Amino acid sequence: MAVTYDHRVDRYDHRPATAIHPVHAVLLAATVPLFLGGLIADIAYSMTYQIQWTNFASWLIAGGMVFTGFALLWAFIDLFRAGRRRARAVACFALLIVTFALGLVNSFVHARDAWGAMPEGLVLSAVVSVTALVATWLGFSSLRMGGVS
Amino acid sequence: MTRISLPAAAPLVALVALLAACDGGDPAPVEYGANPQLPEQEHGLLPSMKIAEPASWGDRRPSVPEGYEVTAIATDLGIPRQTLVLPNGDILVAEGRGGGAPALRPKDIIAGVIKAKGTTSVKSGNRLTLLRDADGDGAYELRTVFADNLNAPYGLALIGDQLYVANQDALVRFPYREGQTQAEGPPAKVTDLPAYINHHWTKALTASADGRFLYVGIGSNSNITERGMPAELDRAMVWQIDAQTGAHRPYATGLRNPTALAVQPGTGTLWAVVNERDELGPNLVPDYLTSVREGAFYGWPYSYWGQNVDPRVQPQDPQKVASAVVPDYSLGSHVAALGVAFSSPAMGERFADGVFVGEHGSWNRSVPSGYKVIFVPFRDGAPAGPPVEVVTGFMGEDGKTYGRPVGVTVDPRGALIVADDLSNTIWRVAAPDQTPTAEAPAQPDAIQPNGAQSNGDRAPASPAN
Repeated sequence: MAVTYDHRVDRYDHRPATAIHPVHAVLLAATVPLFLGGLIADIAYSMTYQIQWTNFASWLIAGGMVFTGFALLWAFIDLFRAGRRRARAVACFALLIVTFALGLVNSFVHARDAWGAMPEGLVLSAVVSVTALVATWLGFSSLRMGGVS
Repeated sequence: MTRISLPAAAPLVALVALLAACDGGDPAPVEYGANPQLPEQEHGLLPSMKIAEPASWGDRRPSVPEGYEVTAIATDLGIPRQTLVLPNGDILVAEGRGGGAPALRPKDIIAGVIKAKGTTSVKSGNRLTLLRDADGDGAYELRTVFADNLNAPYGLALIGDQLYVANQDALVRFPYREGQTQAEGPPAKVTDLPAYINHHWTKALTASADGRFLYVGIGSNSNITERGMPAELDRAMVWQIDAQTGAHRPYATGLRNPTALAVQPGTGTLWAVVNERDELGPNLVPDYLTSVREGAFYGWPYSYWGQNVDPRVQPQDPQKVASAVVPDYSLGSHVAALGVAFSSPAMGERFADGVFVGEHGSWNRSVPSGYKVIFVPFRDGAPAGPPVEVVTGFMGEDGKTYGRPVGVTVDPRGALIVADDLSNTIWRVAAPDQTPTAEAPAQPDAIQPNGAQSNGDRAPASPAN
C-alpha cells in the first residue's frame, strides 16, 4: 500500500520518515472495536429483545464518538502538515467527518426508548462501523511506518 | 466534545437542524374528551422539549375565576405533592421527592440534567405537615409537622381513626384522633409496595367508600419498557389492598402511571388520572381521566387508547392489545395530570358536579401543555363536555414558570386546595360564600379583576358548615 515514491512528481520528499503518532494511532484504532461492539450489541438486541444489549450499544457508540471526535481534530490538523500525502489525509478526514455525522445520528436514534431504536439503529451501526474501519485503514497507511520517502 | 466537533460543526449543525425539523412541527390544539383525534406516531431524532424556567411568584398569584379568591396558606414546604382534608378541617400535606432510578444510558444522564432544571431544588421533606384554620377565616395560622422521617410520602387516606400514608416503598398507617396535630409515634406498616427502581415513584392512594379497601396507584418502571419487562413486575397497575390485613391484588392493569385516585361520591366508583407514554410526538399519547374497571387492562405497554399498538414494545402481545379498554376522557397529551378530586356543591354552581384535575405540565412538547388546574364537568356520573380552566397563570406570558400544580383536594367547606411543588406552596381557592347572609351588602365596585378582592368580599368558610 505504501507508496514511497511519487513518480508523477519530479522530486523527493526530503523530510525524514515518520511513524504514525502513537496517540493518533490509538484515537483512530479505538473507533473500530467500539463501533463494531455497538453493531454486535444491536444484532444481539434484535435477535433476543433483551434490553441490556441496546444499553450496551448506546455506551459503545458514545465511546466511539469520543474517539472519533479526537481523531477528527487530529486529522484536521494533519491536513496542513500532510505535504504531498495530502490526498490520503483528506480522504481520512472526510471519512471521519462522515463517521462522526452518522455516529451522532446513530447516538440520537439509540436514545429512543426500547425497540424505537430499531431497525434504523442497526443499519446506522453497520454503516458507521464500515466508515470507521476504512478511515482507520487510510489513516494508518497514509502515515508511513518507516522506510524512505 | 463541543470543542472537538468544531471543525465539523457547520455541516453537523445543518444536519441536526434538518433532522430536528422533521420532529414535531406545529403541535395541534390539545385534544379533550372521550374521542380524541390521535395523529400518526412520530419517531423524531430529538424529542421536542421545553423545560419550565422556574421563577419566583413575587407579587403574582395564580388566576382564578371571577368571584373566587386564591391565597397561599402555606409556603416554604419540602416539595408538597398531595393533600388531605381531615374531618375537623385540618389539612395534611405530604411532602417529598422519591425515585432516583439509576441512569442506564447516556441519554438518561443528559435528560436528567435537563429535566431537573424545571423542578424545585429544595430538599425532600419526607414528612406530613398539618395546617389548621381554627377560626375559619381562611388563614391557616397553625402549622405543625404531623409526622417525620417518612420515605417520599404521596397518597393519603383516612378511614375512621386510621390515617393511611403511601410512602414510595410501603403503605403505612398512623392512629388518628380528631384534633391531633402530631402523630403519637412512628407508623405501622400495612404492606410493602413495589419499589424496585421506582422510575415512577409516586404511590397514589384512596379508600373505598365502605372503608374496607385501599387503592394504590403504582406507576410503570419506564417510559416504554426501556428498563426491561422484568422491571415491570407489579407495575403500571392499581392495587386493591385489604385495610385490615394488608393483603393485595391487582385491581386494574395497563395503567402506565396512575398518579391520583379518587372514589366517586354516590356511586363508589374508583377514578384515576393516568399519565401516558412520551416520545411519540407532541400530540401523543393523551393523558386521561377514567373510571377504573375491576379486572380491566388499559393497554400499557403494548397499546394506547384502546388498540393503538406501540411498536417500541417487543415482543408484542396481540391478545393483550385486543383486550385493552379505552379510557373515558382525554386530558390532552403531556399535560401530566397529578391530581384529581371530586367536587361538591360547596364549590359553587359552576363547579358543583365534576372533578378537578391538577396538571403539572409538559416537558416533551415545544408548545407547553398543562400547567393549570382544570374542572371536568360531569352529568349523570360521567364526564360531559369540555374542561373549564380553574386555576391558571402557573406559566406566565413571559414563558417563566411560577408554579406547577400537583394534588388537588376539595375542602367540603367550599375551597379547592392545590399543592404546588415548584414554589413549594399550598394554594387555597375559596368559593364564593354559598349561604346568603343578611349583612352581605351588594358592592359591585368591590370586585376587581384577577380575583383580587377586598376583604369584605372574601369567602369565609363558615364554621357552621
